[in-house]
Amino acid sequence: MLDARPAPLIEVDGLKMYFPIYTGLFRTHTGDVKAVDGVSFSIPAGETLGLVGESGCGKSTVGRAILRLYEPTAGRVLIEGEDVVTMEPEALRRKRPTMQMVFQDPQASLNPRMTLANIIGEPLDEHTDWDGDRKIARVHELMDQVGLNRRFINRYPHEFSGGQRQRIGIARALALNPKFIVCDEPIAALDVSIQAQVVNLLEDLQDRLGLTYLFISHDLSMVRHLADRVAVMYLGRIAELSPSKDLYSRPLHPYAEALLSAVNEPDPVIAAKRKRIILKGDVPSPANPPLGCNFCTRCPRVMEICRTVKPGLAEVEPGRLVACHLYNNPSDAGSTGASEANERNQQGVMQ
Amino acid sequence: MAERAVPVLDVKGLQTVFRTRGGEIHAVNHVSFHLGRGELLGIVGESGSGKSVTMMSLIKLLPIPPAEIRSGEVLLDGRDLLKMSDEDLRQVRGAKVGFVFQDPMTSLNPVFTIGYQVMEPLLEHMGMTKPEAAARAVELLELVGIPDAKKRLKAYPHQFSGGMRQRVMIAIALACDPDVLIADEPTTALDVTIQAQILELVKELRQKLGMAIIWITHDLGVIAGIADRVMVMYGGQVVEQAPVGELFANPQHPYTRALLKTIPKISGEREARLKVIEGQPPILNAPLTACPFRARCEYRHEPCDKANPARRAVDGRPVGHGHDVACHWQAPAMREVAHA
Repeated sequence: MLDARPAPLIEVDGLKMYFPIYTGLFRTHTGDVKAVDGVSFSIPAGETLGLVGESGCGKSTVGRAILRLYEPTAGRVLIEGEDVVTMEPEALRRKRPTMQMVFQDPQASLNPRMTLANIIGEPLDEHTDWDGDRKIARVHELMDQVGLNRRFINRYPHEFSGGQRQRIGIARALALNPKFIVCDEPIAALDVSIQAQVVNLLEDLQDRLGLTYLFISHDLSMVRHLADRVAVMYLGRIAELSPSKDLYSRPLHPYAEALLSAVNEPDPVIAAKRKRIILKGDVPSPANPPLGCNFCTRCPRVMEICRTVKPGLAEVEPGRLVACHLYNNPSDAGSTGASEANERNQQGVMQ
Repeated sequence: MAERAVPVLDVKGLQTVFRTRGGEIHAVNHVSFHLGRGELLGIVGESGSGKSVTMMSLIKLLPIPPAEIRSGEVLLDGRDLLKMSDEDLRQVRGAKVGFVFQDPMTSLNPVFTIGYQVMEPLLEHMGMTKPEAAARAVELLELVGIPDAKKRLKAYPHQFSGGMRQRVMIAIALACDPDVLIADEPTTALDVTIQAQILELVKELRQKLGMAIIWITHDLGVIAGIADRVMVMYGGQVVEQAPVGELFANPQHPYTRALLKTIPKISGEREARLKVIEGQPPILNAPLTACPFRARCEYRHEPCDKANPARRAVDGRPVGHGHDVACHWQAPAMREVAHA
């Protein structure tokens, strides 16, 4: 949003998350599901980065790998300049309060046998040596912040509706005054009229507490509303990373373009006028991605080079990063893409 | 496109109640609507608004008990489905009324091949022989855009992706050339690009086959793109009904208005803050004696607490045929709400 960007709070560089596939009697390692395959981005403090894509594109895995809920295969994740990926367990534990997560399913992410006081207070048990009264005071404060009535403190999650449960999840994430919150599809399980309540709450909290969000969602219009910049992922890689308003007014990557054209505008007049790009086929398996650009099997503007050389993410306009051969100048694309492809092939051999 | 003369489906005063240990749940409250030949009627509402239960009630797909269809008429080509014997009704299901469910992952049987499941209604309802049914099954799968259909007959559901499975579900629903296709959130479980594929397919099939479709969804965006007419449900009843352009340009019910404002748009000016419908949907544990939306309504006034509003026409045409709304509040002129 601002011209002079503050130093990034989060820097992700070449993040890879492979899940090994073991087959046969001896469980030999026969391949990898390349859920995240070289993702880089940064988020300045106080900003929201939207991460969008279809199911299976690796967006949730990125969120989890950043918080080291998974052990990333490769890459660096700097949070306030410290690399989380290589951190020792004790140091990581001390780092945890700065980075928190709000999960998709408020039903599954809250323990049904714990009261609100226990759920919201659990991070305090783990990370502080406060006494009971102080904890309760903090829980009350958090409940006020997310708009839950203090009287409900001894109730259980099943007594609340979906939207309220998501508020509980948010209160828990806020307990330790985090700087960075990964919101993994926080509104996907909620009804339309409740979604807006939760989104407005997230915005208020960001204003008040100066939070930085990674907002993972497949709801493109909600991301447009919330995010300063948006990364579009496809099959484990970022296809385009652009400021929100640029992306939505003029997407550069063919996949981003198709994805946006597929969104249904709630207005019959616009809907009738819009030209949709209907992609053929399904997303390839991340265990066996195409040799070239990951999108080449469905891309309406595919070229010869796309089938053999993976395009790197490059700045094609100020502030706009795109991984597509359409925008790279030919010689440039050839070299960077080819070297990356070589590197990947070598890795394949090593594994 | 609405054919006023001969609706293929005419539902009058449908009321469905669930009897539970905690008392009765009034899921569907005197719902009336009709569906013209070749028409696509969109039904919008949140979870618990009664939209799915209404459709399941039509062809008695609900477990009875606990469900009980307490009153109403469902006329399909003049015959009342609710009065039919189970045997006759079985002939209607599949043959005259096709159903596509929300979740393609769970609505196909994992232990039977795709071919078997597509052929089943053909053998059951159309009296085809196996080779005939197999040939027709290939046609149907090709119709819904499954490549290499002949080979795929032998495949099992787990070998298909979500979008492909939903195509198979549509093929099954279309197998016997139904007059009415009921699609219950058919694209909700799918990704946007796959959703766009299915929506295109349905539009195309409609032109080719000319059947009437009821499309249930909570996504107003989907409705805007495909429906001829829209019915908005809340608290188990119809709160507003209008042709699609009219509904979006000139929403009358406070719920419809609020709903249209809570969704952020993908183009145009970015909203500074989303409009919120405060509160929660009602719990329908008693017959409605007041407006079900009143607790969340910004236009609430005295009559709202006293009586459940009946549907009244907005544009002078009879209720159910033009634009009607169930609200005590008379909306002022549309200028104020017309959105850009």
